[in-house]
Amino acid sequence: MPSFRRTTTTVAAVAVTALALAACGSGDAAAPAGSGAPVELKVSLFGTFGYDEVGLFRQYEAEHPGVKIVYESTQGEDKYWPALQTRLSSGSGVADVQGIEVARIADVTTNQADLWTDLRDTPAKDAIGRYIDWKEPAATTADGAVLGLGTDIGPMGVCYRSDLLGQAGLPTEPTALAAQMPTWDAFLALGEKYKAAAPAGSAWHDSAGGLYNAIISSQQEIYYNRSGQLVYSTNPAVRSAFDTAARAGQSGLTAKLEQFVDPGWDAGFASGSFATIACPSWMIGYIKGKAGDAGAGKWNVTTLPGGVGGNWGGSYLAIPASSQHKDEAAQLITWLTDPAQQAKVFSSAGNFPSTTGGIDLVSGATDPYFNNAPIGKIFTASAKAAPVQILGPEDGVVKNAMTQSLLAVETSGTSPADAWTAAAAKIQNQVG
Amino acid sequence: MTLQLDHPVPGAANRPPGAGSAPSLSWRSRLYRWEGRSAPYLYVAPFFLVFAAFGLFPLIYTAWISLHRYKLGSRMSWVGLDNYGWLFTDPGFYNSLFKTITIGILSTVPQLLLALGLAHLLNYRLRGRTFLRVAMLMPYATSVAAATLVFALIFGRDAGVVNGLLGLLGVDPVDWRNGDWTAQIAISVIVIWRWTGYNALIYLAGMQSISQDLYEAAALDGASRWQQFVHVTLPGLRPTILFTVVVSTIGASQLFGEPLLFGGGQANGGPVNQYQTLGLFMYQQGWQYGQLGRAAAVAWVMFLLIIGLVLLNTRLARRRREVS
Repeated sequence: MPSFRRTTTTVAAVAVTALALAACGSGDAAAPAGSGAPVELKVSLFGTFGYDEVGLFRQYEAEHPGVKIVYESTQGEDKYWPALQTRLSSGSGVADVQGIEVARIADVTTNQADLWTDLRDTPAKDAIGRYIDWKEPAATTADGAVLGLGTDIGPMGVCYRSDLLGQAGLPTEPTALAAQMPTWDAFLALGEKYKAAAPAGSAWHDSAGGLYNAIISSQQEIYYNRSGQLVYSTNPAVRSAFDTAARAGQSGLTAKLEQFVDPGWDAGFASGSFATIACPSWMIGYIKGKAGDAGAGKWNVTTLPGGVGGNWGGSYLAIPASSQHKDEAAQLITWLTDPAQQAKVFSSAGNFPSTTGGIDLVSGATDPYFNNAPIGKIFTASAKAAPVQILGPEDGVVKNAMTQSLLAVETSGTSPADAWTAAAAKIQNQVG
Repeated sequence: MTLQLDHPVPGAANRPPGAGSAPSLSWRSRLYRWEGRSAPYLYVAPFFLVFAAFGLFPLIYTAWISLHRYKLGSRMSWVGLDNYGWLFTDPGFYNSLFKTITIGILSTVPQLLLALGLAHLLNYRLRGRTFLRVAMLMPYATSVAAATLVFALIFGRDAGVVNGLLGLLGVDPVDWRNGDWTAQIAISVIVIWRWTGYNALIYLAGMQSISQDLYEAAALDGASRWQQFVHVTLPGLRPTILFTVVVSTIGASQLFGEPLLFGGGQANGGPVNQYQTLGLFMYQQGWQYGQLGRAAAVAWVMFLLIIGLVLLNTRLARRRREVS
């Protein structure tokens, strides 16, 4: 799922009240799962997984008489997750299938293994092997229990306004552009050229925070090392990504628009406030939504500098341990994450498949909105080259402090060194 | 005492037979008296039961949680006063306390002054007075969310109305959202816009309870309108002003919805936490970081701060009353 952790649309104040109410709600008594008895499966997700939109729930109900799917979705993952946690700890109100965002999966595998179903004991066990090599290890506990089936992944590219790049005299073809940016430094050098020739009010990149997340997305070890220690402060890759992004922010290469938060960021897709943006596959759909019909043909996609692979976002489907219909739920999530279904979701909602079979089905896809860019090929290459990222339970805290400090560099004139110190102090205070 | 009790009650033993109606009467009157005494308690009981369930219990349970390490989704473990120790050494807490105060002043003072002025104007016989009064209350009836989302666009950097107007005056575009004071001012404007009308109506009600004779007497003595305002209206409004100050102070110390939504639902309160109020700080601990124990500690400190503020207000008011 698009990791819209920072959703702008949800009315948070209302959500807080809803949370409090949700915590009081109690689950219905489950119907006995005897043979022939109708089974009601509750599915609770966040954002846009695309299943309901593509009609997959209805199709499953039609193919499996006796199964009725009750679906609910919360727009913002940052509201969905706390509500789910309160329900899990109160032991009532959880659905039979729950979505889990990749940023939460480490917390689940390290701290909540007893609250979720080990899929190796269910009909879903045969589905575990059909993923690209790094998707399922992230959902596996130290004891080997698999707690979720992957839905989508977020392989990386760079989206850019080919019309604006053309006006500034830069290459507009994806391969020609990629050839000129073998490294992130070269990417920033192109930015300097763009800045010199660009139309007024248009920056090279959208935000330092977005640039930072793109650079870090190709790393294997980020904030935690393999033995689960927090190593962000000594990991040279983190510091280097931070410094590169800070340099871009300081030298005016970014539009200083906070991602998913600043209304100007959404408007910038159409108005051209920025010419490039880090592009996980789910961003494709976001750009189409924000730039609208008028933006068709203006945008294009190329690979990350140097053609490295990376990943930003993605989700899992899991079955709470308290579910009364584990077998039926396991059959449902096996079918939903089947390569054929993943390809269907990709063609309509843009969520990139995480199974090898699904990736094969979409690897030839092109997108007319993006000047017929070979998005299937670009994202497939990125997914296959992406490292097995090491995830940790407090990744969210560290990431929030980093992007916030980078925003301060862009907008408040904080020096990169001070910004790094401030971020480290915040993380130390929160996690240490 | 016991000896006395052993004495037969005079008249009780030699009561004539057939006089049994006396004890039944006293039983009924006793019941009647009991009902008379207990009924008021029964009538107010629903309030106290609801208060105990939704006010007192959460308050005490929050205090209990604040003494634990309680990560969302895991079990509570006793840590004593550690959460408070963490809180009082966290620069983020002092920052949010300070920002709550600065935004509180920036929003409350202009709001009450504006309200006073508007109420004074509306107190005159104007054409369409009722319409103006209703119109003034409209912002109060709007939802915080709607108002804040609109103001976030108005204060936009690239296409906002405010920067458009400033541009006409030759001022460079201001990054309201990310600047330190500019963001605080923008949020204060939202609060002022929403609450000025409400306070103005309260002042207006207070003004109308001031006797017209006083104004006539002042006018006969040659007082100008301004002098009437200062020497008749303001002293008469004193209790009303105290009420609005107390209510606005409590409101300002709990400010939450405006900064949260102005920050796009993010609890950071801007790049340098420049508009992270105490409410936002608590929300961030509880629901973004899942640290319910710490959030509960913040909630209790906020509660005590507000009680302290209210006590301070009433004491100041009492002293002023004694002086006058």
